[in-house]
Amino acid sequence: MITLAHYIVLGAVLFCIAVAGIFINRKNIIVLLMAIELMLLSVNMNFVAFSRYLGDVSGQVFVFFILTVAAAESAIGLAILVVLFRNRATINVGEIDSMKG
Amino acid sequence: MSLSPTILLTIALAPLIGALIAGLLRNQIGRLGASSAAIAGVALSCALSFQVLYQLVWGGAETFNQNIYTWFQVGDFSTHIGFLIDRLTALMMAVVTFVSLMVHIYTLGYMADDEGFSRFFSYIALFTFSMLMLVMANNFLQLFIGWELVGLVSYLLIGFWFKKPSAIFANLKAFMVNRVGDFGFILGIAGVLFFFHTLDYASVFAHTDALSGKTLELFSGHAWSAATVICLCLFVGAMGKSAQVPLHVWLPDSMEGPTPISALIHAATMVTAGIFMVARMSPLFELSETALSTVLVIGATTAFFTGLIGIVQNDIKRVVAYSTLSQLGYMTVALGVSAYSVGIFHLMTHAFFKALLFLGAGSVIMAMHHEQDMRYMGGLRRYMPITYFTMWAGTLALVGMPGFAGFFSKDAIIEAVHESSRWGSGYAYACVLLGVFVTALYSFRLLYLTFHGKERFVVEHGAHGHGDHGHHPEPGHLAHPPQESPWVVTVPLILLAIPSVLIGWYTVGPLLHGDFFGAAIRVAAGGHEAAQEFTGALAMVVEGFAAPPFWFAFAGFAVATYVYLFNPALADRAKQALHPVWNLLDHKYWVDELYQLVFMRGGVALGRGLWKGGDVGVIDNILIDGTSAGVGRIAATVRWVQTGYLYTYAFAMILGLVALLGGLWWVVRT
Amino acid sequence: MSVDLILFYVFSVILALAALGVIGVRNSVHAALLLVLCFFTTAALWLLMQAEFLAIALVLVYVGAVMVLFLFVVMMLDINTEQVREGFIRYLPVGIGVAAVMLVEMLLLIGLKGMAFTAPVDPAGSSNTAWLGMALYTRFLLPFEVAALILTVAVIAAVMLTLRKRAGTRYQNPSQQVAVKARDRVRIVKMPSAAKPEATP
Repeated sequence: MITLAHYIVLGAVLFCIAVAGIFINRKNIIVLLMAIELMLLSVNMNFVAFSRYLGDVSGQVFVFFILTVAAAESAIGLAILVVLFRNRATINVGEIDSMKG
Repeated sequence: MSLSPTILLTIALAPLIGALIAGLLRNQIGRLGASSAAIAGVALSCALSFQVLYQLVWGGAETFNQNIYTWFQVGDFSTHIGFLIDRLTALMMAVVTFVSLMVHIYTLGYMADDEGFSRFFSYIALFTFSMLMLVMANNFLQLFIGWELVGLVSYLLIGFWFKKPSAIFANLKAFMVNRVGDFGFILGIAGVLFFFHTLDYASVFAHTDALSGKTLELFSGHAWSAATVICLCLFVGAMGKSAQVPLHVWLPDSMEGPTPISALIHAATMVTAGIFMVARMSPLFELSETALSTVLVIGATTAFFTGLIGIVQNDIKRVVAYSTLSQLGYMTVALGVSAYSVGIFHLMTHAFFKALLFLGAGSVIMAMHHEQDMRYMGGLRRYMPITYFTMWAGTLALVGMPGFAGFFSKDAIIEAVHESSRWGSGYAYACVLLGVFVTALYSFRLLYLTFHGKERFVVEHGAHGHGDHGHHPEPGHLAHPPQESPWVVTVPLILLAIPSVLIGWYTVGPLLHGDFFGAAIRVAAGGHEAAQEFTGALAMVVEGFAAPPFWFAFAGFAVATYVYLFNPALADRAKQALHPVWNLLDHKYWVDELYQLVFMRGGVALGRGLWKGGDVGVIDNILIDGTSAGVGRIAATVRWVQTGYLYTYAFAMILGLVALLGGLWWVVRT
Repeated sequence: MSVDLILFYVFSVILALAALGVIGVRNSVHAALLLVLCFFTTAALWLLMQAEFLAIALVLVYVGAVMVLFLFVVMMLDINTEQVREGFIRYLPVGIGVAAVMLVEMLLLIGLKGMAFTAPVDPAGSSNTAWLGMALYTRFLLPFEVAALILTVAVIAAVMLTLRKRAGTRYQNPSQQVAVKARDRVRIVKMPSAAKPEATP
């Protein structure tokens, strides 16, 4: 029997992996974006699980919206990345520091 | 029968309208129009004032006390413009408007070739309005408005020749010193409001017992009688306006103004506002023995010591100015021994003869082409007989020659002081008696130096043209021989000389020994007003010849006559012999220098300290620049947090998330 | 142990391993492909929860569109892998530490609230798609429209960001073509007519 806890723990594990990914891939912006996708995935996992176990459709509706926004975000993020690479010839986060105080 | 509010309003407003016309339209209506407007306003006011006085004294009119206009209302406290017209007020109104009218007419001649002619008329008419507001007020606030207005006009008029640095200095000085007095005055008014919850004269004076036994703790641990504090505060105001020691320093300097206003404001009317105010507040002052003793001592000091300075002055106007100070001291002494009606009586007689002396001095100054130094005069009696005789009348009135106006009032003051048993009255008696001697000495010295003796001026025909007043390359050199002043000058002199000689005869009875003032002046039981037996003015004059004041005055006359008429060299030798004393008097006891040193330098140092330390140091450097510099410094430190690297921000976010989760667990756990 | 549970564990393990691979592999293309695997297994797990519509949508949208975009970008850009992986080993302990702390906190929270929901609640009647559709087009109609707008904005923004005018290229400007006026096209020039040839006698 699968319980709600199973899915939530799985979501937590996935989220923590993504956090660790942000830490160790601090220079590679593409993997950073992928880690963010993973985080969103874990959140979605929780939404779907709660929706399922509470019998409430709202959770799945929110997943729908999150997918929408995440897709838009990836598209714009990648577009920015392309422009960035075109201008600076690098995607090394370590060299992108013009916002430095 | 009662007085008509319309007439009273007309009295107050006619000079104001005259002033406005003369002041605002002076370019349209010209010199003649401006002067006519001002004179017409004041003349109307004067005529109506005498009618009011007549109605009150002989016509059986009742005291008028009515609010004309509500100025503003705050909660259950309301302020009105209103008139309280009793005999005290009516007498003051008559004196003020009469002297003012004389001065207006005199000004026609005195200021004839001054370019500020119309402006001058506007100012003096405005002054008349202000003074009327002051005396006709039926509440403290209106009194204060009038009080400040006369102060303002006095400031404007002392600095009338505003291109003269000394005039600017003098008017600033007058203004500053008056501020000190006004500060005390308004504190006193605040005290009245605090205890009585109203500023209306009638309500305050009807409930003076509300003040008895009340105390104020100004400094913790020292309870002061409320009546004493209020009266002393009010008297500080009177000291400023009436130039009592130690706030007397502005009055001699105010002689920088044109002579007519010296006569009007700084001798006859404005400076007596303090005396009038204290007399008006007599129900309050009677509550405090301490305050009256203070008044007495300060008045006596002023009467004697400022008179002494008059002996060594050479400027003709300054001698009269110091004489004014001394006479104001006499009036204050009268107030101090609760002889309010005597003080007012002296105020009235003094107004006439002092205005006369000032206008006479002005006439002399005109004849001498605006030379004011008596050392360059002498022998003028041959050139200007009318001025000479009127000055003699004024001088005799001033020194208290029995029969002249000043005799009755001054003798009554000395008598009142003699009979008083108030603390300080012994000192005051000595001061006023010696003051009589001093008064006679400087008054006759003035007469002799000016009108008698050798001519100490040189007439140079064609040396320089007409109209260059005050630009003498050498003092004592005149372009034309001195001549008698025109009729607009001499007529006021004569008109003022008549009351100076005669008014005492007619008014001494009712004013001092009748119940002239009625309820306007209240004296506590055991005060002076339960007068001695009075057997008529003639008897008083006869007795006057045998009384000590006359002998003191005669001694002064004798000394002055001997020294300045018959043996002028003695004056110089006395000056040499008494050099330290002479020096002390010549420097006016170094009061001016002391104030200059302590208050002016102190004020400048304080201001500089506050500027450098407070404004530049604290506000500019610490608060303003310090804030911006502090923000900059903090930002310079904190900006290192903003590395610009994406992962730093991500790291911060995640740490925040960890902390949030930990906190959440901490909360949910229990 | 039911079949469901076995499937769940299998997919979970694959998902976790794939996620670790995403953050750990050296090659970005491999990472993207592993991310695709993550999405697939997630879709499978969602199918286990009877969220069929979302599972299919995830595969279609993410695997079909977003991940292809990722792959394009990764391949288009010439990425210096060595430089980008700088500090990988150095920050590994920190990353693992923070992730472990966070996991412990989350598990504590999950355990504390004692997830009492063991049995799934079946929606009344119809299929998952109909259930979701009913909600989307009734209660959530306005957010739905807004989401559509966001996607449009994202498309335009992505295009505008990457659009680049190259010198020397020729292209048509439709708005200029529409707004054209006759006098821009035709120029009428007045000229004197040619002189008549003179008749020769």
